[in-house]
Amino acid sequence: MAIDIDTARKVAKLARIRVEESDLPALADKLSGILGFMEQLNEVDVAGVEPMTSVTPMRLKRRADVVTDGNIQAQILKNAPDAREGFFAVPKVVE
Amino acid sequence: MTANTWTIAAARDALRKGEISAVDLTMSCLTAIDAGDGLNAFVFKTPEIALDQARAADARLSSGDAPAMCGIPLGIKDLFCTKGVPSQAASNILKGFRPEYESTVTAQLFGAGAVMLGKLNMDEFAMGSSNETSCYGNVVNPWRREGSNVPLTPGGSSGGSAAAVAADLCLAATGTDTGGSIRQPAAFTGIVGIKPTYGRVSRWGVVAFASSLDQAGPMTKTVRDAAIMLQAMSGHDPKDSTSADLPVPDFEAALTGDIRGKVIGIPREYRMDGMPAAIEALWAKGIEMMKDAGAVVRDISLPHTKYALPAYYVIAPAEASSNLARYDGVRYGHRARLAAGDGITEMYEKTRAEGFGPEVQRRIMVGTYVLSAGFYDAYYNRARKVRALIKRDFETVFADGVDAILTPATPSAAFGLGEMADADPVQMYLNDVFTVTVNLAGLPGVAVPVGLDAQGLPLGLQLIGRPWEEGALLNCAHVVESRADFVAKADKWW
Repeated sequence: MAIDIDTARKVAKLARIRVEESDLPALADKLSGILGFMEQLNEVDVAGVEPMTSVTPMRLKRRADVVTDGNIQAQILKNAPDAREGFFAVPKVVE
Repeated sequence: MTANTWTIAAARDALRKGEISAVDLTMSCLTAIDAGDGLNAFVFKTPEIALDQARAADARLSSGDAPAMCGIPLGIKDLFCTKGVPSQAASNILKGFRPEYESTVTAQLFGAGAVMLGKLNMDEFAMGSSNETSCYGNVVNPWRREGSNVPLTPGGSSGGSAAAVAADLCLAATGTDTGGSIRQPAAFTGIVGIKPTYGRVSRWGVVAFASSLDQAGPMTKTVRDAAIMLQAMSGHDPKDSTSADLPVPDFEAALTGDIRGKVIGIPREYRMDGMPAAIEALWAKGIEMMKDAGAVVRDISLPHTKYALPAYYVIAPAEASSNLARYDGVRYGHRARLAAGDGITEMYEKTRAEGFGPEVQRRIMVGTYVLSAGFYDAYYNRARKVRALIKRDFETVFADGVDAILTPATPSAAFGLGEMADADPVQMYLNDVFTVTVNLAGLPGVAVPVGLDAQGLPLGLQLIGRPWEEGALLNCAHVVESRADFVAKADKWW
């Protein structure tokens, strides 16, 4: 299925990646090529096949629901581009 | 021969006998690294850490408490988080990130006494097959075509690891493999690389690309070294819920060289149209080696092979689009400079546009598309069903008595840097055609160097094993290695 410019714009928006209007045609073209390659999957008879959800059949382990970590605020904030008063700082979210 | 050219096994024995110190061994690698800047393999050097670790290793060696990896100098792929040391997955979006924690794999290696020489270049977020998507620039393959100085790709995504090991800048390196990222660069540079069974090695602290496919493994000069280093990397980790709680056998002890009576499958679907004659001949040579060693060679069919690449290029971007959502400019890494009035959405969009390179952006958007409402069933669910069929293909041949499967590792030898610049992204994806099935099925696979093509470039074969049987797989690889007797090295130009 070919991706048109509107779809490319929508996908970029959903992915939260800014793409300039002038770059959308080239992006749509590249995405169409990749998705065209995937069309081959339609040749496969998948009737009655369950989608694979785990690589190795095993039950995920459980652990006791207890606190195992904490009190490392400084470490958590250390790599933040903007941290103030013990919080991550971001542009205003609520008007 | 200076010590940086040694194998892990030779260095281990020399260290234990006191014939060399870990400090001297480390120094010889640090010297080689400084002389190897033209390869662009090491992107962050850690000589102080290396010498501290080497001194500690010497103390351990002299006290007699020395595991196999004690004092062995390694390069670490930039995808592994290393405490206090830049770890940015070759991406501008993680510029300046210094983790406050250590990945399980590196913690285990350092706990066993291994020495970290520095961080190794790679494709951005491990997305690429030529090491041309890195924010640090291309890695250059130490190998060149005979009589030519055209720079070649070392492969990807573990291209820095492959080049560093092939050029003897380190004794071995860590790699990661989501669709072939250990095995393809190993084949392009004439070294050994194994992707273990999914769950054998902890993924904790390794920057995630596609979580159901990612697996770390060693990249080494010999099969024996791969066995020794894999042993140290493996084991159950409560911090990775997909890590298998299984005992880790002694992989080195499995290298008996005896594969008499083992059944080696040759999948007819891997005989691609237009396959270069050199690859065809190499494969035939491998089959002869197996017969010569007393194995039973059997033609097999893996009927869904053709659909592995398209399935992979739905599943991997889908998982990547989710994993990479965390890079939002809030908690770590790059944040874009904002204009007056920009809100949080503009911050996300500008940060991610500036921080991610074109291939990563493309894969995130492909993943976003195949997971979006209306397309989820048509693409993502269909790909997961095809994945189940690919896995079933392997289960069927293993149930029929096949012990291992022999295939080419790559469809060609290393190509020129920039040669694929104008090609469709799909052309680059074809590099993974022989390796990607193994990730989809979660199996172990190893690339072994076998010969040189007409232009003097290394070519490798791949062996695929049964789940959790890395020892038996490495034993088959050991048989190929000893019969191929691949001793060629790249002529030093760097």
